[in-house]
Amino acid sequence: MAKIVATTGNSAMAYAMKQINPDVCAAYPITPSTQVMEEFSKYVADGVVNTNLVTVESEHSAMSACIGAAAAGGRVLTATSANGMALMWEMLYIAAGMRLPIVMALVNRALSAPINIHCDHSDSFGARDSGWIQLYSENAQEAYDNLIQAVRISEHPDVRLPVMVCQDGFIISHSIERMEYLEDDEVRKFIGDYKPMYALLDIDKPVTLGSLDLQDYYIEHKRQEAEAMKLATPVITAVAKDFEKMTGRAYGLFETYHLDDAEVGIVAVNSAAGTIKEIIDQYRRKGIKVGLLKPRLYRPFPTEAYVKALGHLKAITVLDRVDSFGAMAGPLMLEVRAALYDLPKRPVTIGKIYGLGGRDLEESHCQYVIDELVQIAASGKYRELCEYITVRE
Amino acid sequence: MANLKELSKRPDGFSPGHRLCAGCGIPIIPKLLYKVTDYDIVVASATGCFEVATTIYPYTSWLKPFVHSAFENAAATISGVEAMYQSLKKQGKIPANRKLKFVAFGGDGGTYDIGLQSLSGALERGHDIVYICYDNGAYMNTGIQRSSATPYGASTTTSPAGKVIPGKMQRRKDLTNIALAHHIEYAAQTAVSHWNDLATKLQKGLDIDGPAFICVMSPCVPGWMYPSDQSIEVTRMAVETGYWPLFEMDHGVFRVNYRPKQKLPVADWLKLQGRFRHLFRPEYTYVIEEIQRQVDDYWEYLAHMEQAFPAPPK
Ligand SMILES: Cc1ncc(C[n+]2csc(CCOP(=O)(O)OP(=O)(O)O)c2C)c(N)n1
Repeated sequence: MAKIVATTGNSAMAYAMKQINPDVCAAYPITPSTQVMEEFSKYVADGVVNTNLVTVESEHSAMSACIGAAAAGGRVLTATSANGMALMWEMLYIAAGMRLPIVMALVNRALSAPINIHCDHSDSFGARDSGWIQLYSENAQEAYDNLIQAVRISEHPDVRLPVMVCQDGFIISHSIERMEYLEDDEVRKFIGDYKPMYALLDIDKPVTLGSLDLQDYYIEHKRQEAEAMKLATPVITAVAKDFEKMTGRAYGLFETYHLDDAEVGIVAVNSAAGTIKEIIDQYRRKGIKVGLLKPRLYRPFPTEAYVKALGHLKAITVLDRVDSFGAMAGPLMLEVRAALYDLPKRPVTIGKIYGLGGRDLEESHCQYVIDELVQIAASGKYRELCEYITVRE
Repeated sequence: MANLKELSKRPDGFSPGHRLCAGCGIPIIPKLLYKVTDYDIVVASATGCFEVATTIYPYTSWLKPFVHSAFENAAATISGVEAMYQSLKKQGKIPANRKLKFVAFGGDGGTYDIGLQSLSGALERGHDIVYICYDNGAYMNTGIQRSSATPYGASTTTSPAGKVIPGKMQRRKDLTNIALAHHIEYAAQTAVSHWNDLATKLQKGLDIDGPAFICVMSPCVPGWMYPSDQSIEVTRMAVETGYWPLFEMDHGVFRVNYRPKQKLPVADWLKLQGRFRHLFRPEYTYVIEEIQRQVDDYWEYLAHMEQAFPAPPK
């Protein structure tokens, strides 16, 4: 029986972690994800989980200890944000390259400098090439649901890759929402027991992990990692189907909102989608056919599915809450635009950089984006390929 | 402690056929490690000569479980392994009578320098681990760059002896005493030339429940520049001249484990190695004098430590 609660994104993630009950958790405090670990520490102190909590001296060591623990052969979770994840950078690639199923609660926050504690996606988008699967969450419910599904995805024998579950710092992590919790035993049944393929603690079957891998093998191992990423997409879909059976909440590779009959569309991840849906409702009432695609998955990037969902549009604006300085546009925009390239009749696709360092995306900004889309659809022309919005210039 | 003949008959955990240089001191340590104990051991290693020469895919020298993840984090990696062991054991997923031990290896670069934070964290948290630093006095794997363990006056590729600078001009960091400051039950300094001292210390480190730290002097033929059949002699001379004292802090008792009968001048050790050759030029004699002063000074410090932390009266 589901339990209805009013809670924050951070508490929801901590609660999911409690229900997942990992064998080891190693983490280090950083705003805005700190509460996840604080609340989880309380579960450890009260003995409601079996977890051995390793309170490391840095995020680099947090990910290193997670790697050691996962290689030892058990379930491992961690949480972090921004600079914390940046300090893990080296180890992110190593976790993925060693094919270790580590799950991370990532509370998105802007990278320094200037130092800022509020939301943008420079942390997770920067890690897009690290080999981690990335699931994005609009609200606390999705963050909670994604975290539980992440365990199954990362441990799937075809995948064996780490997964980060992203939610927006403060906007979601610190806001109270209505949501539903599953029962502990429902979660435990859903995730099942974990049986590692190789484990350091399997003393009678000794393994050497983390070998030096030179020109004669490295690329084959990387090719396997790439294949695992490909295989992750159907696994993510299958796990979502099972999750839907249990909860009635449907998850796929993305969510669409009024997209099927739309002429123009917006693409945006995480909490911005909530605001955009509101404004889409306004425009729909005026008879303007605008829709939204909210990616749940950025890595792997399900190209075909996105093309299928977006291909019929006349114009698209992709919102990036991150800049790739000096690039043509933000990273999500570039990938969406590239995905559409093979279509005989492509939508005009432009990008906006918005909301860096926690700047709100307001109603007026969404209206600006949609008004412009309508003009582009009519004229087939755009003014600027990529433009900053939500900014004073 | 068993004698060498008996030890040689005990099972190996580390096999020959690795690709460390002829005369490298490092393999002596893992060979002894597995032989001195009945515990099953999981090893983690930092990036460095040891790891790259023993795990070239698809081969491995490790007959027992081994993991490497990066350069600066062997202590954090082994912390995670040990934490998982404790967790699974507490949950009954590993039989209660299956006692495992956890050992991390790092070179001096991976330990004194880039891995110091991760080591400090692991020692402070109290994991049941033995951290072994094989100290060859430089970043050897990347081509002999100076580390904070490089001896004063040594020439390395980043502290080369030149016309105006006679090699490295900073004193070696006292890592074993830094480890001690974490209030751990066992910390020791030893050398591969003294197998009995090394074996005893490995055993002591493994036997305690909690973190132990052992710093092992390990000679490097290309880095120190001496003939490859002289490794043990050169290392022994570091001990006989007092440059590398063998000592331990064992449950609050500080002991110097070996006192050279007649402490030889440090120049006797320096002159065996090409990395100190420049010091024998007349203009650099003052550097040798400074090294001797540092050695004498350190022995005074050791005497104070012995007085401060004596064995309890029998
Ligand atoms: C973060 C990082 N920085 C630098 C390196 C390059 N690197 C690999 S091994 C090494 C030196 C290792 O020196 P040491 O720890 O003394 O061990 P040894 O080579 O003597 O065995 C360096 C600098 C690296 N692998 N990772």
